[in-house]
Amino acid sequence: MQDAPQLGRQNTAAPAIELRGISKAFGPVQANKDISISVERGAIHGIVGENGAGKSTLMSILYGFYKADAGEIFIGGERTAIPDSQAAISAGIGMVHQHFKLVENFTVLENVVLGAEDGALLRPSLAKARKLLTELAKEYELNVDPDALIENLSVGHQQRVEILKALYRHADILILDEPTGVLTPAEADHLFRILRNLKNEGKTIILITHKLREIMDVTDTVSVMRRGEMKGTIKTADTSPEDLAERMVGRKVLLQVDKTPAKPGKSVLEVKDLRVTDSKGVVRLKGISFDVRAGEILGIAGVSGNGQSELLEVLGGFETATGDIHINGHPIDLTGKFSDGQSRRAQGIAHVPEDRQREGLIMDFMAWENIAFGYHNDPAYNKNVLLMDNAAIRADTEGKMERFDVRPPNPRLQAKNFSGGNQQKIVLAREIERNPDLLLVGQPTRGVDIGAIEFIHQQIVALRDQGKAILLVSVELEEIMSLSDRIAVMFDGQIMGERLPGETDEKELGLLMAGMNGKAA
Amino acid sequence: MDKMPKWADVLLIPFINLLLAFILSGLVILAIGKDPLVAIKTMVEGSFGSTNAWGYTLYYATNYIFTGLAVAIAFHARMFNIGGEGQAAIGGLGVALVCLAVDWPHWTLALPAATIGAAIFGAGWALIPAYLQARRGSHIVITTIMFNFISAALMGYLLVNALKEPGNMAAETRDFPAGAHLPSFHEMLAPFGIEFSKHAPANISFLLALLCCFLFWVLIWRTRLGFAIRSFGHSETAARYAGISPTKIIMISMMISGALAGLMAINNVMGESERLILNSVEGAGFIGIAVALMGRSHPVGVFLAALLFGFLTQGGAELQLWENIPRELVVVIQALVILFTGALDNMVRAPVERLFLKFKKRVA
Amino acid sequence: MDFLTLIQILDSAVRLATPLLLACLAGLFSERGGIFDIGLEGKMLAAAMLSASVAAVTGNVWLGMFAGVGISILLALLHGLASITFRGDQLISGVAINFLAAGLTVVIGQSWFGLGGRTPSLMGEGRFKSLEWPLTETLEGIPIAGPLYSELISGHTFLVYVALLAVPASWFILFRTRFGLRLRAVGENPAAVDTAGISVVRLRYAAVAICGVLCGLAGVYLATGLAAGFVKDMTAGRGFIALAALIFAKWRPWHAMGACMLFGVLEALSNRYQSIEAPTYIIVAILIVMAAGLVWSSRKSLLDLAVLGGVAFLLVTVGTVSLFSSGLFGQTAIPGQFIQALPYILTVVILAGFVGKATPPRAGGEPYVKER
Repeated sequence: MQDAPQLGRQNTAAPAIELRGISKAFGPVQANKDISISVERGAIHGIVGENGAGKSTLMSILYGFYKADAGEIFIGGERTAIPDSQAAISAGIGMVHQHFKLVENFTVLENVVLGAEDGALLRPSLAKARKLLTELAKEYELNVDPDALIENLSVGHQQRVEILKALYRHADILILDEPTGVLTPAEADHLFRILRNLKNEGKTIILITHKLREIMDVTDTVSVMRRGEMKGTIKTADTSPEDLAERMVGRKVLLQVDKTPAKPGKSVLEVKDLRVTDSKGVVRLKGISFDVRAGEILGIAGVSGNGQSELLEVLGGFETATGDIHINGHPIDLTGKFSDGQSRRAQGIAHVPEDRQREGLIMDFMAWENIAFGYHNDPAYNKNVLLMDNAAIRADTEGKMERFDVRPPNPRLQAKNFSGGNQQKIVLAREIERNPDLLLVGQPTRGVDIGAIEFIHQQIVALRDQGKAILLVSVELEEIMSLSDRIAVMFDGQIMGERLPGETDEKELGLLMAGMNGKAA
Repeated sequence: MDKMPKWADVLLIPFINLLLAFILSGLVILAIGKDPLVAIKTMVEGSFGSTNAWGYTLYYATNYIFTGLAVAIAFHARMFNIGGEGQAAIGGLGVALVCLAVDWPHWTLALPAATIGAAIFGAGWALIPAYLQARRGSHIVITTIMFNFISAALMGYLLVNALKEPGNMAAETRDFPAGAHLPSFHEMLAPFGIEFSKHAPANISFLLALLCCFLFWVLIWRTRLGFAIRSFGHSETAARYAGISPTKIIMISMMISGALAGLMAINNVMGESERLILNSVEGAGFIGIAVALMGRSHPVGVFLAALLFGFLTQGGAELQLWENIPRELVVVIQALVILFTGALDNMVRAPVERLFLKFKKRVA
Repeated sequence: MDFLTLIQILDSAVRLATPLLLACLAGLFSERGGIFDIGLEGKMLAAAMLSASVAAVTGNVWLGMFAGVGISILLALLHGLASITFRGDQLISGVAINFLAAGLTVVIGQSWFGLGGRTPSLMGEGRFKSLEWPLTETLEGIPIAGPLYSELISGHTFLVYVALLAVPASWFILFRTRFGLRLRAVGENPAAVDTAGISVVRLRYAAVAICGVLCGLAGVYLATGLAAGFVKDMTAGRGFIALAALIFAKWRPWHAMGACMLFGVLEALSNRYQSIEAPTYIIVAILIVMAAGLVWSSRKSLLDLAVLGGVAFLLVTVGTVSLFSSGLFGQTAIPGQFIQALPYILTVVILAGFVGKATPPRAGGEPYVKER
């Protein structure tokens, strides 16, 4: 096997990885505080923690991406300095990043070889890699066409290329950062099979995730991180999701949202045969139809990239489409002059976008400018035809910040200086207080700490109870299950089916998300 | 939490950048065997020592205010308009056509007409690059560079073949009618009993430039259009989410940019040469880049930076005259200012930020 | 146009295309590595000036060449410092370098030689000599092939052949070597290169350094091969034409040669003729077809109609004017200025995507910042 020399060098009794007293600060932010952890050889070890708990930073230090301010790393019992990724690779560490690090217009083969070539000419390296790839494919169920361009591969296959890259470099230790975020449940299961195969071959695997179910399913041991600190390592068999959640947050957490049954009224949003083709000519929405009624939350479940973003963009007015959409019985323009965000807002649609840092907010704008953002044509925010009324906007912002508990409540602070949760509250305050007939919400709690999650969920439910229609898009199945009054599952630009939360389970939804009809299960 | 106070960002950093540029320029002067101190003295006297000197300094500054504002407004929409040179040249064509078309009775009539002509022609020259960026995604930097060369060829052709006065050897139009003569500072200040040099080219366009500075500020920070332009400049995806049309913003901001560059022709073509000559812009369009960078795209900053470059240009001419140092030294200084304020900004910024952080920690 | 004239124009086109080709390949390496470089012009200018100065003083063109390439590499590294190390704006850095060179060449040249920015004329060993290929005189008598060989193929200076050889060499390096794979990768996705354990910084510095060498050669050729000495602003926009050729070639070496040759021919034509006569009906037909194409592609929106329709209107106006001034079967003179501007116009057309879309390397122009 290609990794034989690595095994020979190391002491088999020692832990595969041991970190002692790792600390790392980014400016004033302490991302890792005196972290020690030990991972046994041939184990699948999970690391859980909230957003910003320091998991990714810790792994980036292990992979030589960042340099720790203090602490030591031991690989196979030997103290090892990892100043850069090259050192990590030669220490037998491979990493599959959350966002893949692949060259899109290179072939699989070229990506695998990149950085691990033999000699100055390409041809021999590529030939050798082709041979090895066939072997690895057989051994670990890692089938990929070596001559395919990355941009033509599915996300699941791209991830396999990342794993192949690590194995091609003789990795003994494989780190995977949130590997299932972009996978269907079926693809995730396939990944876990691969991981178990690798484990059986004696490889050590570190799995970073915030999904507790995955931890319970595949790991042998699990470490919990909170606010840059290590809160202990436990055997997976000895713990439960509730216990892990409590350790992650530091207090008891309500995994359920408090809400009364919905009292749906008249239909607010009616979508018929909606189709979207993007600028590259790829069909993103293949004729979907649904409706949302007043006083209910329709949750759209699905793995990201199956058309949910395009749906929100069409409804929010920044993507063109064909088909038919009515709001309160009035048709809305999908291609012409009134297919823009301003017209949508005028028709009573408010939109909390999926990516608040790139869409919902201007990070360099102050809070008050962001409160006016999208509503800058509102007469209340303008003195006359020509000039804006900045003082009025600031006064309005102060009120909104107080009501939504934004901290610090300073309208002149730039958006980038608020935490993720407070940024999201600014967006919510702006959109909810417009008193819309329909609220579009995309990934409302992505990158938000648990305390703020509860607040945000309460606000969404409160708006529903005022009799407003809400369309919720989230890739977090748990969030969909606990907030929605009705669930539609999207796959490959289509709605695979609608279910009621009380009458379905994660397994059935998972099959729908993978494009399989739920009844087969 | 900000890494450093605002005044450091707005004043300290540009000051350090400028200082570095000047120190290096001083070294260049030393290297060619001249005395930097004498050079500075010559430059200061030559650009501020008399009303004549002031007249030239403010004349150049007027050019740079226009081109600097032109680059600055495009910067606010995160576009880099390198085409100020061409837009100003075509703006000159607009001014010349307006001034030659009618035998103007008085400048108060000619000035508004010529202003409109300059703005429309300048904006028109920015139209196609703007359109291609908005609709086709063609990189505006490359297209505006190409349009500079195309404008040079076009102006060469027009001046040689179409606009030249028969019998004149030089490629230039005939003189503008007397009624299109703009009041110079000499004429403007005489009623107040202030004696200003007769020969200096500074004219009423300077006031027009100041007005543009004020309107620029109102537009960018007090109107919805300005809000939309800044939003788009910070984040195109966010602007689309907010219902701000990228096409519209690109078109409008580039039109305004081109118009501002074109307005420069009021100063140099109508105010100074009073006829259209070949290569009338003399690099002012490019200096606008340095001015906008230096002035942090703020009209006050642009005004100050334009004054600085007006001083450098006039001082550079004096250096050539008295010290036999080529006036291209100004181009060197301009390059260093662009380099330090634009490209090497982080070289100065990072250490200063660290210093402030350290200081803050100690206080806390 | 007889055969000999054609050969002479092509011969002159090869000479004129050489600096373009070298600069274009320089830009190719830089931009394939993810560093945009609009400072080609400045580096060429500095190299031309220093090489001419050194050659004039020492009387040795080879020393001149090394000096020229050296200063070009220095400026390239300055661009690297700004755009790689300090993550500054690559476009602004390029602009700065152009002005730096434009100013310093004159200031220093004046101080050294006192000739208003010129260097003394180069003579003898101070210039690159034409390399006469074997048997030129013997073969000259053969019709067609003879002049083709002796005028067009033989008789150029050393650097012309270097430029031509640089094309296959660049292709081989980019597409057949480890370095080329990494270089292309760093221009497409530097994060992939970084996580593969290769230094993004070092690769990108290598890219700008190669760019410096080739740009330097381009400048050296201008001052010591094409001309005999340096004059102020002698690059005259060639750096930008090279950039245009690079876009034209869609960042590929062989296509770069084609584009540079085309632009070389255009320059040779405009040097030789004040204006070119062509039958009016052909010109009118071309203008009408183009106008019709523009109007056809502008049916989608009001803005398209306004802009493209406006351009179409201008084209039709030009056609009408030439029709009335010379009659349908007369001859219309295409002005030399138009032919000079043609490379720039063609670049805009290519960028507009009306004829084949040019997609630059994806990470081009973006400083690389490590991300979690």
